[in-house]
Amino acid sequence: MTRPQKQGNSQPRWLFPFVVTVIFCLSVLPLGRLAATGIMSAVRGGASELLSDPGLWRSVYDTLSTSFFGMIAAVVLGGGFALLLTLFDIRGKAFLGFLFMLPTMIPPQVTALAWIGMTGPSSALLKALGLAPPLGSPQPLYSIGGIALLYGVQNAALVYLSLRAGLLALPRDAVEAARLSGASSFQVLKDVILPLSLPGLAAGAAIAFVSCVGNFGIPAILGIPAGIYTLPTLIYSKFAAFGPRTFADISVLSGLIAILSVIGLMVEARVLRGRDYRVIGLSGQVAVFRLGAWRWLAELLLWLTIFLILAMPLIALVASSLAPAYGVPLSPATVTIKAYEEILLRQAATRIAFTNSLSLSLATAFGLLVVTVLTGYFLVRSKSRFVGVISALAEIPYALPGIVLAVAFILLFAAPIPVIGISIYGTIWIILIAYFSSFFAVSLKPVVSAFRQLDPSLEEAARLSGAGFARRLVDILVPLVAPAAGASVILVFLIACNELTVSALLWSAGTQTLGVLIYNLDDSGSFNIAAALSVLVVIMVIAMMVVLELMAKRLPKGVVPWRS
Amino acid sequence: MAKLILNRLSKTFDTGGRAAVNDVSLTVREGGFLALLGPSGCGKTTVLRMIAGFEQPSDGSILLGERVLADAGEMVAPEHRNMAMVFQSYALWPHMSVAENVGYPLKVRGISGEKRGRKVRQALAAVHLETYADRRPADLSGGQRQRVALARCLVTEPDVVLLDEPLANLDRHLRQEMEETFREFHARSGATMIYVTHDQSEAMALATDVAVMSEGRLLQVATPEEVYARPEGRLVGGLVGQGAILSLPSPFGDRRLFDWPAMQEILAGPAQEPRADILVRPQDVEIAAEGQVATVLSVLFEGERYALRLALPDGQALRAFSRQPVKAGDRLSIVIRAAWRL
Repeated sequence: MTRPQKQGNSQPRWLFPFVVTVIFCLSVLPLGRLAATGIMSAVRGGASELLSDPGLWRSVYDTLSTSFFGMIAAVVLGGGFALLLTLFDIRGKAFLGFLFMLPTMIPPQVTALAWIGMTGPSSALLKALGLAPPLGSPQPLYSIGGIALLYGVQNAALVYLSLRAGLLALPRDAVEAARLSGASSFQVLKDVILPLSLPGLAAGAAIAFVSCVGNFGIPAILGIPAGIYTLPTLIYSKFAAFGPRTFADISVLSGLIAILSVIGLMVEARVLRGRDYRVIGLSGQVAVFRLGAWRWLAELLLWLTIFLILAMPLIALVASSLAPAYGVPLSPATVTIKAYEEILLRQAATRIAFTNSLSLSLATAFGLLVVTVLTGYFLVRSKSRFVGVISALAEIPYALPGIVLAVAFILLFAAPIPVIGISIYGTIWIILIAYFSSFFAVSLKPVVSAFRQLDPSLEEAARLSGAGFARRLVDILVPLVAPAAGASVILVFLIACNELTVSALLWSAGTQTLGVLIYNLDDSGSFNIAAALSVLVVIMVIAMMVVLELMAKRLPKGVVPWRS
Repeated sequence: MAKLILNRLSKTFDTGGRAAVNDVSLTVREGGFLALLGPSGCGKTTVLRMIAGFEQPSDGSILLGERVLADAGEMVAPEHRNMAMVFQSYALWPHMSVAENVGYPLKVRGISGEKRGRKVRQALAAVHLETYADRRPADLSGGQRQRVALARCLVTEPDVVLLDEPLANLDRHLRQEMEETFREFHARSGATMIYVTHDQSEAMALATDVAVMSEGRLLQVATPEEVYARPEGRLVGGLVGQGAILSLPSPFGDRRLFDWPAMQEILAGPAQEPRADILVRPQDVEIAAEGQVATVLSVLFEGERYALRLALPDGQALRAFSRQPVKAGDRLSIVIRAAWRL
């Protein structure tokens, strides 16, 4: 029975090597390969030409400004929804939360197509309503503001989820104690709830910013026609115009983005430092404030927002898909389902793309969860001085635009893997590995915050009960972090399923994903077919969310993020 | 079961600074009930966590009978120690029912079916919670959660039961009830129990032995009566019980317990060096004729008596009780029946 072990901590011996191996394969190896190429090009003098190009700095400026304003928009939208829906007596909370999750789960390129279909002179919807601006007038979304607005719409749910998780973990007695201290509802909000939920809000804002910087679908569709290049689209355009210096140039560019991202992450870490708002023992349920006479106004505001950011663009998207061609007015006489027949009956490419995207996303979401529960546990419980380095390394692949990561994996796997001699380049496996690397941070973050908020004595009690690590994991830790793990799976699945950036460079015949297919269709001018496929994607996303909604009663509490 | 031995135990945390626990040696006899008493930050919880196996000693060792549980090089994991603990936050698993919480240590040990059910029912019956088996911890009051945590300890017959300030979050009435439950639990199980508290009355009421700690060091280990009557040093004298510590000219010899004639001699003697610390308990100060003159500083009515703060002519404070009401500023004559040199 006596089994001495070296450490006083709770981790099994294999955990540290396991985490290091995972981080090495998913982060250090591809990024190191990329950095090596970048440094080699810098040493050979090629980089100075790139860095003296004013177009590059213009693109850095555009990336930062669109991402910053996008983050602000996401914080306003997501933070407002999280506060109103979590803390106040709004009617139809579950349904509003469900609808608010949708824009994030819709792929960015689909969002961009839908919004283009809603505004501008060629909008089938506006033409049908007779509201379209005259031909030749500019498309208002082809601008910095337009990109930032769509970034905000796209990423608002990330802030919403993160802040809501923080709010739900608030102990009720903290609110009641403040109430009894004589604080009004507004003061309780300002002095207790907001400070306690700040880590959630800041973490959400950081995720949103990082996601904006990495967004490819929106600036590709909205920016390129207006000559606005964010760093991801700049890299993409350099890759499209493939030349002898391409690999060198984009490895230098991605080094630049890595620096920007690390600065952002450090700012976030500084905000959160020293704020260990661990909930002791049992956390109570959230206090609900009464809005009284203001309730109808708040509800009106929420529904109006949903209408503007969700219903309108989707109606426009459907209108575009039913128009015979881009720019043709939609009327009962011109309505056609030709576009749907095309993709459902004539094109095998659509079926292949659906299969590829679904299987890749499922494998990524569940495969990553196994890895991130172990990694998250290690990061929170370990006293190792490598924890900071490891969590930074885990963040970087997601902080980098997917396109950079795609290039890193191209560089890494262009030649057959040493020793085993198999080449995965051009197969679906290279996309899967790139997804694992890219979405590691997405999967990790909810799990880590759940472990952070877990009172360590809950696990210590299990240890004294005689439960070894595997047993504690199954009986205590996983059930207690299940809500976060569920959120993690859903987020990863939906992001992976909607993903365009990584697969845009890694796909080849037979391995195209949905994102790639939609982008290629739009790029080749088949706007209505692209819109029709987008409608199908949106239907698939909604259908899956409804399935989750129906399953929610059997799932542990909190697994489905829009339900409380 | 066997006795628990702490042998020159020390703990220094990586964060630097002084040792949290410094050279603590202590033996808890089999079936003993030891209270670790000290102000917050004195290292008592660190000692408890080392016994549980959550922290590794920097130096020294912990033995249970012949078996070495931990030293600076190796340690037995908490899951293999056959100990149980009541946490300050109770540490009940919110996703399990009361019965599942209590039965978990049995489940881990592979005990299932009717045997587990019976043991869980017995444990819950011992803490008077039979009817709450299917509730969730969130639906229970603080005292009930505490009793569930205790039942979870009871269920496996552990060698050692550790209690980390278990009453800190409870109200006074519940405390008395829980103290009774702990005593009952100790008598019934015969387990060795170690109880961390900063409340000396709790320690006195429950324990068979009291260990007083301050700033990482062990100051005294003895029975509650012994610690109360014969405290070692100024710190223990100040921590345990009420009392005033007078600084008086050091009497000759090794004598430590003084009666009134001896005290009279010391008080009347010349103010010379060296001086000694002398503890005077309030119940040993009697208001009687032909004694030492003292001035009343303040009076507090406690129901059954008045608690007085007195000042000796040289300004040193003394505590006393009185059956009769007195007023601040009154001059009284007092006799000190017993005093203890620290």
